[in-house]
Amino acid sequence: MLSQIPLSYFLVVSTLMFFIGIYGFLTRKNLITILMAIELILNSVNINFVAFNRYLYPDQLQGHFFSLFIIAVAAAEAAVAIAIIISVYRQYFNIDVERVDTMKY
Amino acid sequence: MIDFGYTIWIPLIPFFMFLILGLFGGKMKPMISGYLGTLGLLVTTVLSFFAAYQYFFQRTGEEAFEKIIASNTVWLNITDKLHIDVGVMLDPISVMMLIVVSTVSFMVHIYSLGYMKGDFGFSRFYSFLSLFSFSMYSLVVATNLFQMYMCWELVGVSSYLLISFYYEKPSAVLAGKKAFIVTRFADLGFLIGILILSYISGTFDFEELTNPEGAMISQGTALTFMGFSAISVALTLIFIGGAGKSAMFPLHIWLPDAMEGPTPVSALIHAATMVVAGVFLVARLFPLYYLGAPDVLTIVAYVGGFTSLFAAIIACTQLDIKRVLAFSTMSQIGYMMLALGVSGYGDHDGLGFMASMFHLFTHAMFKALLFLGAGAIIHSVHSNMMTDMGGLRKYLPITHITFLIACLTIAGIPPFSGFFSKDEILVAAFHHDKVLFFIEWAVAGITAFYMFRLYFVVFWGKETHYHHTPHESPLTMTIPLMILALASIFSGFIPFNELVTSDGHGFHIHTEWAIAIPSILVGIVGIAVAWIFYKKESGIPAKLAASLKLLYVGSFNKFYIDELYMFITKKIIFNRISAPIAWFDRHVVDASMNGIAWVTNSISDQIKELQSGQLQKYGYVFISGVILLTFAFVYLWFN
Repeated sequence: MLSQIPLSYFLVVSTLMFFIGIYGFLTRKNLITILMAIELILNSVNINFVAFNRYLYPDQLQGHFFSLFIIAVAAAEAAVAIAIIISVYRQYFNIDVERVDTMKY
Repeated sequence: MIDFGYTIWIPLIPFFMFLILGLFGGKMKPMISGYLGTLGLLVTTVLSFFAAYQYFFQRTGEEAFEKIIASNTVWLNITDKLHIDVGVMLDPISVMMLIVVSTVSFMVHIYSLGYMKGDFGFSRFYSFLSLFSFSMYSLVVATNLFQMYMCWELVGVSSYLLISFYYEKPSAVLAGKKAFIVTRFADLGFLIGILILSYISGTFDFEELTNPEGAMISQGTALTFMGFSAISVALTLIFIGGAGKSAMFPLHIWLPDAMEGPTPVSALIHAATMVVAGVFLVARLFPLYYLGAPDVLTIVAYVGGFTSLFAAIIACTQLDIKRVLAFSTMSQIGYMMLALGVSGYGDHDGLGFMASMFHLFTHAMFKALLFLGAGAIIHSVHSNMMTDMGGLRKYLPITHITFLIACLTIAGIPPFSGFFSKDEILVAAFHHDKVLFFIEWAVAGITAFYMFRLYFVVFWGKETHYHHTPHESPLTMTIPLMILALASIFSGFIPFNELVTSDGHGFHIHTEWAIAIPSILVGIVGIAVAWIFYKKESGIPAKLAASLKLLYVGSFNKFYIDELYMFITKKIIFNRISAPIAWFDRHVVDASMNGIAWVTNSISDQIKELQSGQLQKYGYVFISGVILLTFAFVYLWFN
């Protein structure tokens, strides 16, 4: 069933997801939205891993393991990122990324 | 063989005194630190006299006086052969200097108890005196040139500290700086001379350097440098160092100014001990001078002769009594240098050497006496100027008598000691160089004149109006005067020809009346002229000054040597050389560095906006970069 769908379809989906993520990362001002955009980028990579593993080396599982690993790391990363966002809020009383510019020249 | 090991304590006791007084003097009562310093000096004086007695009178048999190394430590190894030692060497001249230094220093210590009483920094004064005594003792007993050089600088420092002792007085501070800089400038010559000598000979040791049969003299004359033998160059440079310390023309300018220091200091350092260090240095290296570079000795003789005449002429017109004495010191040191310069080596040829050491000894006694007497006068009148004095013989009887004795001594009237030593110098000069003899003969007359001018103006003359009646000084000041007066009278009878000679062998001298009588006569004439001019107030000096206006004005202004130095240093060196170099430094070297910094700064101002702190701007740049690289990569890959 899955084999009827060509690899390029998966790649198109993941590319779209990737650039949507990039777009969100560059344009959104809210830190939480930016975090969500980063999650999109990560997941597009996961799709790539799984798809390539399935189509190029069907008898091996490294791609699957790698994407599982990324999901676990992404969960931890989200926890850290949200903690940072909370700290930023305590400092600046908002989470607008343009206001967080103390580290300039 | 007598053990002289204890002589190491002669320099060490004043050194420890200096440490104690320097560290804890501020916490003591001033008089206690004074007594402590004097006690330390008393012990070293006893030791010095004991060492002299043992050295001169307890030798075995009749052989020559040897150089005895009483103690020696290697201080710094440079190579296996060349090392710097610190130790004590006894030979006739160093033992004689021990006597001179300890006698004068001890007298000055006692005298200062009265003279400096109640002055600010009393214990500081005594700690500096101890430092000076330590340095001077170590200088005279030095076993090698380098130890001598170290102590040479140490006496320079002590002299600086004591000249500018009243550091609130700007003139004293300036005088201290001047003394230090001028002598330090001369010491540069000394140091280079030491380096050349040690390069040739590979040793600093006096015993090896001055050994007449040693390899040093033959090696040194073989090497040449710009047409002169290396040894003459080295010895000339060393003589420059000695001339700076001994205030020889033209490096004499610091000595008159050094009179800003307290009078006991002038007596100790700038009359009796430190200023004769230059003479001592030449005497110490005398075999080297005579056998290695006799030409340099001629320079020594003429510099000495000229300085003695030059200083004597200036002394005739000065009004500050301490300055008169300072110029007189220069003149007398000129005598000593001249005597060394005309001397030969060994037995009766070494008459000049003996005469020089003899005169050094007697001069130390009578010049210290003159200075301490002047101090007593200043103490009671509160002025240095002769114009503020007159008729003091009624008020200061002891000072008057002792000062008269000192004046007679320096004028060369027998049987006072100055006659004997000066006579030997004149004999030595007569047999070597008639020109120098006549200069010195004339200077003897001028000396008698200016000393008695001082004497008559201060103690006779017209009484000026005093704010309060001058009174005789306390016993602590008059006792040293009396002791030194006795020394001035009787030290002429010490048989120097048996004890202190160029090669250690005694020889016989006989008074040459053909020279002695004219020298006595010229002294009496000098005194008589001073008597006529100054005993009562008379118009003769003023008339004479008017008729010899040029000479008088020149002499009064010290022949404008100070102004000449100022002209050379300020107008030529500072304005013509230093100022352009400073301009170049500021406007070229510094400016190019500042320019680089300014360019960097302004560029960074332009580009620092890039670091805006805006996370998303960084993101744009980063991602556009990645995309561009990707396109480039893909383009290259597929072509």
